[in-house]
Amino acid sequence: MSTGIRLTLASALVALPITASAQNWSDQPVDPANHDEAVAYEENGRYFNEEDVPTYNVAEDGTVDWLTFSGFRRYHAECHVCHGPDGEGSSYAPKVKNSAVHMGYYDFYDVVVNGRGNGNSVMPHFGDNPNVMCYLDDIYVYLKARGMDAIPRGRPGSKEAKSDAIQEDEDACMG
Amino acid sequence: MKKLMLLTSGLALCAGMAVANDDLVQQMDDPTQWAIQTGDYKNQRYSKLDSINKENVGDLQVAWTFSTGVLRGHEGSPLVVGDTMYVHTPFPNIVYALDLADEGKIKWKYEPKQDPDVIPVMCCDTVNRGVAYADGKIFLHQADTKVVALNAEDGSVEWEVVNGDPSIGETNTATVLPVKDKVIVGISGGEFGVRGHVTAYNISDGSQAWRAYSMGPDEDILVDPENTTHLGEPVGENSGTNTWEGDQWQIGGGTTWGWYSADLDENLMYYGTGNPSTWNPSQRPGDNRWSMTIMARDIDTGEAKWFYQMTPHDEWDYDGVNEMILTEQEIDGEERKLLTHFDRNGLAYTMDRVSGELLVAEKYDPVVNWTSGVDMDPESDTYGRPEVVAQYSTEQNGEDVNSTGICPAALGTKDQQPASYDPELELFLVPTNHVCMDYEPFRVSYTAGQPYVGATLSMYPAPDSHGGMGNFIAWDNINGEIKWSNPEQFSVWSGSLTTAGGITFYGTLEGYLKAVDTETGEELYKFRTPSGIIGNVMTYERDGKQHIAVLSGVGGWAGIGLAAGLTNPNDGLGAVGGYAALSDYTALGGQLTVFTLPD
Repeated sequence: MSTGIRLTLASALVALPITASAQNWSDQPVDPANHDEAVAYEENGRYFNEEDVPTYNVAEDGTVDWLTFSGFRRYHAECHVCHGPDGEGSSYAPKVKNSAVHMGYYDFYDVVVNGRGNGNSVMPHFGDNPNVMCYLDDIYVYLKARGMDAIPRGRPGSKEAKSDAIQEDEDACMG
Repeated sequence: MKKLMLLTSGLALCAGMAVANDDLVQQMDDPTQWAIQTGDYKNQRYSKLDSINKENVGDLQVAWTFSTGVLRGHEGSPLVVGDTMYVHTPFPNIVYALDLADEGKIKWKYEPKQDPDVIPVMCCDTVNRGVAYADGKIFLHQADTKVVALNAEDGSVEWEVVNGDPSIGETNTATVLPVKDKVIVGISGGEFGVRGHVTAYNISDGSQAWRAYSMGPDEDILVDPENTTHLGEPVGENSGTNTWEGDQWQIGGGTTWGWYSADLDENLMYYGTGNPSTWNPSQRPGDNRWSMTIMARDIDTGEAKWFYQMTPHDEWDYDGVNEMILTEQEIDGEERKLLTHFDRNGLAYTMDRVSGELLVAEKYDPVVNWTSGVDMDPESDTYGRPEVVAQYSTEQNGEDVNSTGICPAALGTKDQQPASYDPELELFLVPTNHVCMDYEPFRVSYTAGQPYVGATLSMYPAPDSHGGMGNFIAWDNINGEIKWSNPEQFSVWSGSLTTAGGITFYGTLEGYLKAVDTETGEELYKFRTPSGIIGNVMTYERDGKQHIAVLSGVGGWAGIGLAAGLTNPNDGLGAVGGYAALSDYTALGGQLTVFTLPD
């Protein structure tokens, strides 16, 4: 899919989920065929697609990259009390595994940092929360992998080792 | 010094305000009303009304319904006092006064203005467990921690006071306890590093009478080191700080969002404290007193008479906030004043509520596995402590290790959904969860007003059982035994009601109101309401006819955790996704349904 179409689609859906989020349990389905999240290159254990956006890497045997695994952990500490297990949504907040795909990296990032609200449906801002901000790429690629159906529900079975570079970034960020 | 003066003025007011208390006691004693969320000060949720009974409950019909206008988790229940029914909603916490003498016409409506920023700091949905009545006032404790006293007749604001600070994660979901001349309130925010407290305000004008923190210096937690006891021994000095490392007690959790009970003859009120913050136990060494503790405090001064810490150094998020049900029963040939508590940790405790002596501690779901049981030997060094099974210890397994197959899950074998008691049968009727978990703690840093969790967990229905996520059980608190157990597809997240008609009512997450035979558990009636039920069933009598009422509106922890269904990663690929998704059964709602028998 071309970047142009993707952007149009993303902006249309950024507007939509605000009203949809009040309903929750709304499905916002993702058709993986319409999204290209394939790995273009790898850098010190981090994976990126053609647009230099972080993405997941799932090997033939199901082994996931470190960030996807780490995202699973951080999501289930910081996000799941509203958005439900495995990004599946809840009676309280929308199915964020699909939002991650529809919104794209930059809008997703923006909403997590700054939050947003619509009446009684409010996404908090996490911009000053190191437990979220230091792992935002992790959470994003994990949710995208879920939304694209690249990994099943539950804890990833096996994972790549954490690279030294990722460890250094984490230490620097968490202080 | 200031605190001392406050205490003294509180005492002075006491004598003059005895009338207010008498009023509520009289209202509660009248079985045609439902004057307090918990049914009575004992939290028995038992009604003497018996015109709906075993023989005729099968004929029950819907009498009328009322939409609350809010689509969120509806916990708690309406009150009925005199000719008026008071109905509350989740955020934005609307209160409706419905005129039962005029076909339920809205007499008045109160809708507070609250900053929506409070919504995302409420862990697990914007629920509210209902209003309280005393002295011609309706008490609303809003999500943003403002406590408002409304004139019960016209809904005008008589006073309001702010109990906490949402910007550091302090919020409210609980009802309040009006007792004597005070209204006693709690605080939520255990997942935000809040230091829990219970606060008494004077009913007359909203001035603060006392505040008791769950941890901290002795003057903060209102103990007398010599006379406040833990299992019969004095707690000693600095008991609220000396089981914490450094100043971690300042963000120690132990929030107080459950149900409160009171014994006027002993002049004590009872409640439990929640989990210590964070969920990563390695980050907070020590017993973390007085989180996870049953507390008995003097109503007038807040001073603690006794504590019992059920889960020292919590490793699983087993908040101790569930209700304390007060009964008078014979145990070992002696009539005693008892307190029975069904804890999140899967143990049901029976205690002497005057002395704080532990009498019974037994599992009320056989799948509970994190402990092999509580040490009941008063001579033992570990008296009163649960023995932790190493395999399920998230502390012993350590940070960044996934401990699997722990039962119960963090939801607890029971959460706040209150149980009921049948004094004739001496039987407790208990809504329960039947869910287990994997739990992996890891290091987190604290930021004020931000989640302070530090663990990842996955939940799934109890393995090798009936496949459902709940049971509705009958419990014998003297022998510590399950008498009967009805499997439920989903967790039972609705407070039960037991009546002199020999029946017990509860709601289910699919939306059914069910009536069962209290003695046998046999299902006698069910009706599908518009949305999942996490509210509590209540009853009242109007024009000589008994009514049953319940709020529908799925949500809360149950709506979040179970909406998409649960999977068990240990089951292998075939079974993943095989469990029921709540979203296949119900959608959001907000409705009161009132039942009665046909003429």
